[in-house]
Amino acid sequence: MADPATSWAIAHSWLTLALPLAAFLVNGLALGRRAPRAAAAVAVLANFAAAVVALLVARDYFAAAHPAPLLAWSFPWLELPHFAGGLMLGIGCWLDPIAVMMLVLITVISTLVHLYAAGYLRGDPGFGRFFALLPFFAFAMTGLVIAPDLVQLYIFWELVGLASYLLIGFWYTKPAAVEASKKAFIITRFADAFFLIGIVLVATALGTVQFAAVNAPAAGAALAASPVVFGGHSCSLLALAAVLLFAGAWGKSAMFPLHVWLPDAMEGPTPVSSIIHSATMVVAGVYLTARLFPLFAAAGSALFLAETLGAFTALFAAVMACVQTDIKRVLAYSTLSQLGFMMFALGVADPAAPAGYTASMFHVFTHAFFKSMLFLCAGILIHAAHTNDLLGMGGLRRKLPVTHAATLIGCLALAGIWPLSGFFSKDAILASAWTAGRPWIFAVGLATSLLTAFYMARFYLLAFHGASRAAGRDAHAHEDLLMALPVALLAVPSAAAGWFAEKYFAQHMLPPGLHTAEHAAHAPWVPWLALGAAVAGILYAAWRYGRGFIPSAPKNPAVRLAWNRFYVDELWQVFAHWLMFTLVAAPAKWFDSVVIDGSLDASAWVMQKLGAAQRAWQNGLVQRYLAAMLVGLLALWLLGGLAK
Amino acid sequence: MNLTACLVLAALVFACGVFGMLRNRHIINILISIELMLNAVMINFIAFAHFRAADPTAGSVFVIFIIALTSAEMAVALAVVIALYRQRHPLDVERMKRLHG
Repeated sequence: MADPATSWAIAHSWLTLALPLAAFLVNGLALGRRAPRAAAAVAVLANFAAAVVALLVARDYFAAAHPAPLLAWSFPWLELPHFAGGLMLGIGCWLDPIAVMMLVLITVISTLVHLYAAGYLRGDPGFGRFFALLPFFAFAMTGLVIAPDLVQLYIFWELVGLASYLLIGFWYTKPAAVEASKKAFIITRFADAFFLIGIVLVATALGTVQFAAVNAPAAGAALAASPVVFGGHSCSLLALAAVLLFAGAWGKSAMFPLHVWLPDAMEGPTPVSSIIHSATMVVAGVYLTARLFPLFAAAGSALFLAETLGAFTALFAAVMACVQTDIKRVLAYSTLSQLGFMMFALGVADPAAPAGYTASMFHVFTHAFFKSMLFLCAGILIHAAHTNDLLGMGGLRRKLPVTHAATLIGCLALAGIWPLSGFFSKDAILASAWTAGRPWIFAVGLATSLLTAFYMARFYLLAFHGASRAAGRDAHAHEDLLMALPVALLAVPSAAAGWFAEKYFAQHMLPPGLHTAEHAAHAPWVPWLALGAAVAGILYAAWRYGRGFIPSAPKNPAVRLAWNRFYVDELWQVFAHWLMFTLVAAPAKWFDSVVIDGSLDASAWVMQKLGAAQRAWQNGLVQRYLAAMLVGLLALWLLGGLAK
Repeated sequence: MNLTACLVLAALVFACGVFGMLRNRHIINILISIELMLNAVMINFIAFAHFRAADPTAGSVFVIFIIALTSAEMAVALAVVIALYRQRHPLDVERMKRLHG
């Protein structure tokens, strides 16, 4: 066990950032086109090396009894001495418990997903491009979690958004993928605009963007003391800045009503969905909320938003997940629902009793493993049945034994069945909501657990049980070694991460400024109730789908509503197409084409006419020049005579 | 025969030269017109030298200079004209556009 101060890994933690970046540059500039297989090997090895460094960092970092935040490496690149307080921006590597936890998650899952993608995308024309873009994502995500200040976090926040855009639109000849990539980018950018305003507000008010300073009680007090008057209404800068900063998390973690981009993002290749849209990038919003937790807790407004939006999204998305038939969309709605869980757990926490905070981070940890694994399993199922539709699968458990076992573990873990990982984290979240005195949030969470168990059991039964509905498409169904190996490796933490890490998370994954957690009064009946809800959901799904029942187009209006995703997409369509188009875009276009273009055209026209009028004089005929000269001389002579 | 009559004659000859220069398009006619204008100037020189100057030789010297200069000028101009003519180029000044910028 090494001391964090002298640890080689911690001193070299910047390698986790540099290795994927190097892979991106090498593959993007040189190998991607010429030697796609070599590019894949480079990407896997770079990520593997980064994972080894991250694991060593974690070993050395958590060796301390009370891991304190430390700045492992930093490089200042911009100093603004004229700014209030002398703003200094740098790129750095800031390690604290949640950053190290995310670092391990990202690098490990990224390595496995790279390995999987080498099998999944075999023969794809964009194979080399993929292995340039996915390390780029790993680089951006690593930079995001180790950011010591808001500006670095924001830069990498946008870079992961860019990586997400490029990878959702990976199959750029498919119109649906192009539309989905634009949708994801525009919606998250929309939220990020508010995030940026929040960062600027904080930077101008405090003169610093360092998390250590922003999260200090003095910063909260200074912000709370400065009022903002907006249209005659006064509020504190703290409340405003917290809500604006939270807006970034709102879009990135796809909270209602900005959740519409995430299901569409499933148009990207499945490995992308697995790492970006379930395990890592979408939890960046949760991570940001945890990062700024002391500031948000001082403000109250942001945590209230996190709590209500999180609970609502959890239930809302779970309802939609129950009726979807696209295998990846079921998982996407499930991800939305679990993000809601993480969000409301943060919302119910407060700095004195941080049970919700630790539970949320714990759920981030366990969810990343089983959800990325479930996506990888979905990819194998899609390859086996040559369709995304659950109704076109069925009976695949004998053909895909490893996938079957892993999916079973993942579904049970997500449903919250003891002793798999999801049980512990979900139980911790529900218990934190109850002990924080939020019975309604607790009830919503419990109902969501029941629905979660139901839709995951439905997913499992429709894919693996009953008779095959693939009509012969699954004749060559098999498990590729490159694809089965990451799935099998991820199944281990999916099953075991819960009991292994539960105590540690509750005691050490504390918000900044807190070193010891008082053991919160735990309601002993909560796990039993949660387990009961999960079992009830599974039993109902087994009764319904276990006997060969196949869902058809829904006739029940309530089910139809959920099937059509509560028409939220259509509402956005109205907003985006009608409101934005007729009220903003069309007048702007009119102004551009008539006023701006028109004035330019008019000035060009005037110049052209002036030129045409003068051109007759420049005809190159010397005799005309001479005649003009004589006329001019005569005129001058006459004028001179008149003047006398 | 006095100064006024000489100046009127010179003015008439000069006006003929200007008119011929503006009116004609054939390059040889234009050269003749230029010659007419120069002759008008020479008449003026001689007239002023004869009726007004203290030393009449100064005006004669200028005239001889001008005659020398015009003969040199004409030699160059006619050489150009002959070169153009050999290339079967029209001698119309409005059509001499080969070097037009």
